[in-house]
Amino acid sequence: MTWALDHIGDILSRAGQHAWLAGLPLVLGLVIAVPLGWLAARQARLRALLLTTTGLLYTIPSLALFILLPPLLGTKILDPVNVIVAMTVYTVALLTRTVADGLSSVDSSTRQAAIAMGYGPFARFRAVDLPLAVPVIAAGLRVAAVSNVSIVSVASLIGISQLGYFLTDGYARSFPTEVWVGIIACLLLALVFDLVIQVVSRVLTPWTRAVAA
Amino acid sequence: MTLTQIWAWFTDPANWQGTDGVPNRVVEHLLYTGLTLLIALVIAVPLGAWVGHSGRMRWLVTGANAARAVPTLGLLFAVSMFVGPLIKSDLAFVIPSITVLVLLAIPPLLSGTYAGIDSVEPAARDAARGMGMTGWQVLAKVEAPCALPLFLSGLRSATLQVIATATIAASVSLGGLGRYLIDGLASRDYVQMVCGSILVAVLALVADGVLALLENWAVSPGISGRSKRVARLRARHSDPHSQPDSVGADRPDADPRQAALVGSGSTGPVEATAATGTPSERDRS
Repeated sequence: MTWALDHIGDILSRAGQHAWLAGLPLVLGLVIAVPLGWLAARQARLRALLLTTTGLLYTIPSLALFILLPPLLGTKILDPVNVIVAMTVYTVALLTRTVADGLSSVDSSTRQAAIAMGYGPFARFRAVDLPLAVPVIAAGLRVAAVSNVSIVSVASLIGISQLGYFLTDGYARSFPTEVWVGIIACLLLALVFDLVIQVVSRVLTPWTRAVAA
Repeated sequence: MTLTQIWAWFTDPANWQGTDGVPNRVVEHLLYTGLTLLIALVIAVPLGAWVGHSGRMRWLVTGANAARAVPTLGLLFAVSMFVGPLIKSDLAFVIPSITVLVLLAIPPLLSGTYAGIDSVEPAARDAARGMGMTGWQVLAKVEAPCALPLFLSGLRSATLQVIATATIAASVSLGGLGRYLIDGLASRDYVQMVCGSILVAVLALVADGVLALLENWAVSPGISGRSKRVARLRARHSDPHSQPDSVGADRPDADPRQAALVGSGSTGPVEATAATGTPSERDRS
């Protein structure tokens, strides 16, 4: 405990780096996965193709991906961009299916009502389908957030600065306190991500509360 | 770093012999993965089946899911630091790593089994009871086959998790393909790291492909999407009225997955991972 208090500045700055490396890919991944999921929900054949491709990408173990990306992207191995790209790939892999499932779960009578009211395909997607899919997408985003926070810590093995540093450093120095601090800090960060996604999801779906009340 | 260097590494006979040779490392990796999955299956399947069948102690699944937020690297280091010194033999490096791998494999298997059994339609269960089946018979003859798709997607995500984490476990002195990544890093041999990463990625893809084939082979056509073909054949050979029914009959496959995903909002990540993490047989066909 004293160790954690003594190093609070270091912990916070690494937590900030960790949040950036895990959080930015969530946003980027969501931005990429929404159009992909929309395509997948519309066309059965595209769905098979997209979900198989993203599934294969998801299969590649994280440490291997961190090492394989630099030659593919032309970056240095210590460049945090590798981690951002790798985590974005995983996020897209998880979310494409979630978005497709969420969009297909929209009730067909709701969709028909929207068409009858004169919504075009794009306006309907933006105003009806996407908002109704928010709870499903948020559930997928929570999974991706927790897994991102855990996987980012692996990048400390190749020397990228974030909370995982306390894990590798504590192990190298045979200093359990530091490892525990690292684990707890990662858990807290995952919890923060989870809460933020839940709050945003609630704010975006006021009607779910109206029905419950 | 060029393709020539990678090619040279893979064609160098020195990399194919002895303890540090590719065949030995692949076998080690597969042994760790197999052993881990075996232990985890023995623990998770009966437990998950019981929770799903009886509907009691669901918090077990929720708890296992929440535990997945613990960073794998931290768990690996913490367990090796505490368990390692207690073991005096050569196994001091293997036992802690296998323990962590088992801990990581349990949540996806547990929730895959649980979600599978839980997704069985109550009507099917009631019908089986009405036919006079005992609790065990219902479990073995009705619930187990219906639970197979979700269980297998849990198995696939557990396998991937174990293969990936066994790679990382090289940093706590476990053998396997991760050695190339960690040793290459220590000696700044980037070519070796990249070649090791390619091997790990290929191993993971092959393992996932084998499990996909298993899924295709083991899941009853009435449950998987393949029944579409059966349905079309039936419709062609019998009266046209049966068609709407048989078209509907291949739908339930999609629903439990979705139910597992949507329903897991509060239960937590794993069911969703089990359902979303790996593409199902339907998507590959």
